[in-house]
Parts: sequence; structure tokens; C-alpha cells
Amino acid sequence: MKQLVFLLVLFAAIAIAPFVIESDFWLNAVIMTLYAALLGQSWNILGGYGGQFSFGHAAFFGTGAYTIAVLQVNFGINPWIGLVFGGALGALVATIIGALVFRYGLRGSYFALVTLAFAEVLRILSNTVDFTGAGVGILIPLDRTIANLQFETKAGFFWLIWALALAVFLVVWWLGHSRFGARLMAVRDNEEAARALGVDAFRVKLGAMALSGLFTGLAGCFYAQYFLYLDPGIAYGPAVSVESLLVPIIGGMGTLFGPLLGAIALTGVAELSREFFGDAQGISLVLYGLLLVLMVLFMPRGLAGLGRLSARRLLARGAPS
Amino acid sequence: MLDVSGLSKAFGGLRAVDDVSLTVDEGSLVSLIGPNGAGKTTLFALLTGFHKPDAGAVSFLGKDITGHTPERIAAAGMVRTFQIVQPFAGQTVLENIAVGAHLHLPLRSDALDRAREVSEQVGLDKRLDQDAASLTVAGRKRLEVAKALATVPKLLLLDEVMAGLNPSEIRDVLPMIRRIRDAGVTILLIEHVMQAVMTLSEKSWVLNQGRLIAEGSPDEISQDPAVIEAYLGPGMAARLAARNASAAGGPDA
Repeated sequence: MKQLVFLLVLFAAIAIAPFVIESDFWLNAVIMTLYAALLGQSWNILGGYGGQFSFGHAAFFGTGAYTIAVLQVNFGINPWIGLVFGGALGALVATIIGALVFRYGLRGSYFALVTLAFAEVLRILSNTVDFTGAGVGILIPLDRTIANLQFETKAGFFWLIWALALAVFLVVWWLGHSRFGARLMAVRDNEEAARALGVDAFRVKLGAMALSGLFTGLAGCFYAQYFLYLDPGIAYGPAVSVESLLVPIIGGMGTLFGPLLGAIALTGVAELSREFFGDAQGISLVLYGLLLVLMVLFMPRGLAGLGRLSARRLLARGAPS
Repeated sequence: MLDVSGLSKAFGGLRAVDDVSLTVDEGSLVSLIGPNGAGKTTLFALLTGFHKPDAGAVSFLGKDITGHTPERIAAAGMVRTFQIVQPFAGQTVLENIAVGAHLHLPLRSDALDRAREVSEQVGLDKRLDQDAASLTVAGRKRLEVAKALATVPKLLLLDEVMAGLNPSEIRDVLPMIRRIRDAGVTILLIEHVMQAVMTLSEKSWVLNQGRLIAEGSPDEISQDPAVIEAYLGPGMAARLAARNASAAGGPDA
């Protein structure tokens, strides 16, 4: 309960941002942080709480992004409806991949490799078929009206990403306080033992896959509406997959607030690298890799683990000994 | 309650379980013993769906459950523990037990209440907030029982819950198992600790090289020549009998 109150207060505090931040640069930084938190928290559902390390979340991200883009560009369907379909198709693709992979009992690095392969297959497919614009990409026409899910000001986009992020954080809070979450973590920690206690591991993992795919798909929809341009490398490329797993690994896997910490850290690193190295393509990815190695070596529990550790130390110091 | 007929399972050329038939009555406390590698744990795995049998049938509460998945069998009311304890490491004792409690209780608060009740039954109520991985061996064995018990099983299969415990710990566990039975749970246990088998169980089956070689009360079984030979080697039964006979005959032996 305390956690839920803290979560709501935190999001209420973040909601002040558009009223006090006047510069577009900083509001954009907040938006990109929330966007990274949404991506990371989506991955965290499957990887942190479910123990299934996906290397191919781009498969769900790209599906969401292309769905909303293709529906409005090719079929004239309103992007608000596209948003619903984008999330749903993200979940569907995740469920299909999950059903195939879990049916054959693939775990650990095999699971990571197969998800990566699926994302790559989708990238190549979207590069060849016509309705995604193939290699040229797809451009969403600029039409800044709310009905069109585009906003005149950054504040509008802020509210959209704020709401999506809040939703995924609430879902993850629920994981910590529900039967589904308890079962998911049991499967993560010991699948055999969980099954012996009546947990249908296949269904539980599939559920986590669907939830994760849903929110990753929604993140893709947001990306499409915010930047109004997609190509196969953006939508299905490995950069998104890497970003969505780095955020919770840096912040703390399997924790509620870890992805938020990770998103702040990662967005900070990305901004700094742009500051120092300019727009040199790929430098930020090198930094991400370095960060990942350092985190795994020195802080396997992520930033959230660091917080817990120091809280415990404070408590220990405060307690009469 | 549990009817097993002609159950067999081979791994490659090894017949791990070979044509085993047995019946467990409701409300009983019975045991399965046998030397290392006799196939006891494999038999448990066959009963609870972790392995698929090559031949034979398992029926539980009058329904055929042969080849069902472990989760389905657990939901039907037959739950096993593991010889090599399998805690959800990184989660607290309370959270561990709650996973079992959730089998029939969808609400988190109900499951946590049930987990607290069970923890008292097995004597873990002082350690609820402790990380499961930090428990002692005896504590982990208790946790293994608690998780299974939290599912409200009708038949509990206990796989060597006393292995690795010292004599005083075993003395503590014995009444716990009896209490579980008295609360209405039928128990089938695999055990190496003979003291436990002798004092607890009403009936035992002896498994050797995958086959049942004897069944009966613990006293009958400990006299059975086939059982003695399985444990101590061929010819041992005759030698023991001769020694007993001569000891009874006089001091000249």
C-alpha cells in the first residue's frame, strides 16, 4: 500500500512538469525519460518479474509503431483507434512468439536468441513489403490536432506518455500484489517447484509476454506519433531491444521503481554523449555497452539495489546495537 | 485414493520403475523405502506428472490422471515435495508459502493469511520475513512441506523430508508429520531415515531396482529376507538367520 501511495505521489509530482518547465528542451527530456521508463518497465514485466530475458522487444515495438502508422497513412484510420490496435497487435505478436518458444521449452540464452531472431525477421520483412513503405520508410503527415493524436505543444505529448507510463507502473505494482504476479515470480525463481504447486508455467509466461508486448506496442505507437517517421531500422532494429533491457538492468530488475531510475540514468547518458560527441552515430550505443558491463560487474541489482542497500545501512546505523 | 497399476519407466536401457502397482487408502500414512537408486523419486515424478510413464496407469480419487501435467495433478489434490529442496530463492518465507496457497485462493490477502496459518503448523512462523535462501537445511525442508501443505492437498507426497537432518531435528519433524496426517491429509513418504519409517508409517512398500519386492507393516518388512538382501547384499539374510538361530541355540557359537 505504501508503495502504491509513493507511486501515485511520484506521478503527481511528475505531472507538474508541463506547468513549471518552459523550455521545450527540458520538457522533451522529461518526455523521453518517461518514454524510456515505459519501454523499460514493459521489458521488466517479462524479464524482471518473469525471468525471461528477451533480446527482441523491437518485435513488439515495431509492430505497434507500424500498426498505428500504416492504419492512418494507408487506410485513413484514426490514430486513437490505431493506438488500441497497436497495443493489441504488440500483445498478439508477443503471444504468438511466446507460444512457439515456450511450447518447446526454450529458456535463458535460447529464449534471448529466438526473440532476437524474430525481431530481425520482422525488420527484414518490413524492409521488403510495400505497405510499410519498405526501405524508404513511412511518413505520417503532420496534422497537429488532438483528434489526430498529435499535439500543438510538447505538453500534449507529455500527457500521453505520462498516462501510458502510469498505466504500466500500476500494472507492475499489481504484479507485486496479485496471484498472477506471485506465480510469475515463482516461475522465474524455480519453474519445476512452481509447477509442483499447481502453477501453469506456460500460461503464466504467456500472460507476461502478452502484457509486455502490449505496453511495448503502445510505446511504439507513441514513438510513431511523436516523431512521425518510421523505417525498418528504427522500428525493428536492435537499438530499441537494447534500450528496453538496459533501462531495467541499470535501474534494477524485478523492482517497481528500478525502470524509472534506469530511464533517468540512461536518458542522462544519452544527452551527455550528444553534448560531448555530437551526433556521432553509435557512440551512445558504445556507452550503453560500457554501462551494461559496469552494472553487471559492480551493481547486479541495479540502482534500486543501491538504494535498498543504503536504506538498510541507515536503518542499521539508526538501530540501537 | 491412489491406485497405481503396472507403472513402468525406462531411461535408455535402465528400467528405473518396473511394473509397480500399489494402492494408498484415504487417511493413511504410508511409506516407500528402498536403497539408493531404487527408483523411488522417479516413481514420485511419474505419479505427479513430471515424467510420462511408458506403461501403466495412475488413478487418483477414482479418476485416471496418467500423463496429466504436474499443475493439473496438483490442482486435483496430489502435491509432492522435492528431495533436493526447491525454494523460490530471493523471496521471503511468507511469499514462498503463499505461492502454494494461491492454488485455490485467488486473493492475495487470503493467500497470505493461509500462508501464516501453515507456517505455524510447520514451525516457521518466526521466520516469515526471512529470505528463503537463508534458511538452514532443516528450515528449508520445513518450507518444502509448508509450500505443499498450503495448497490444501488431499494426498501429500513427501520425498525424504528428513534426509540431512540431525537426530534432534528429526525428533521435531516426526510429530509435525503426524499432525498433518491427523488434520486429514493422506501421506505417502519416501524415507531413508528408518527411525522415521518405523515410528510413523502404517505400511511400507520396498522398491529395489525399480521393482516392488515387499510390502507390509514396518515390522514385517524388516524381517523380510528379500528386503535384507536388497539393503545388505545377497546371502545376508541367510547369514543373519543362521547367526540368530545359533545365538538362540546357546553360547557355543
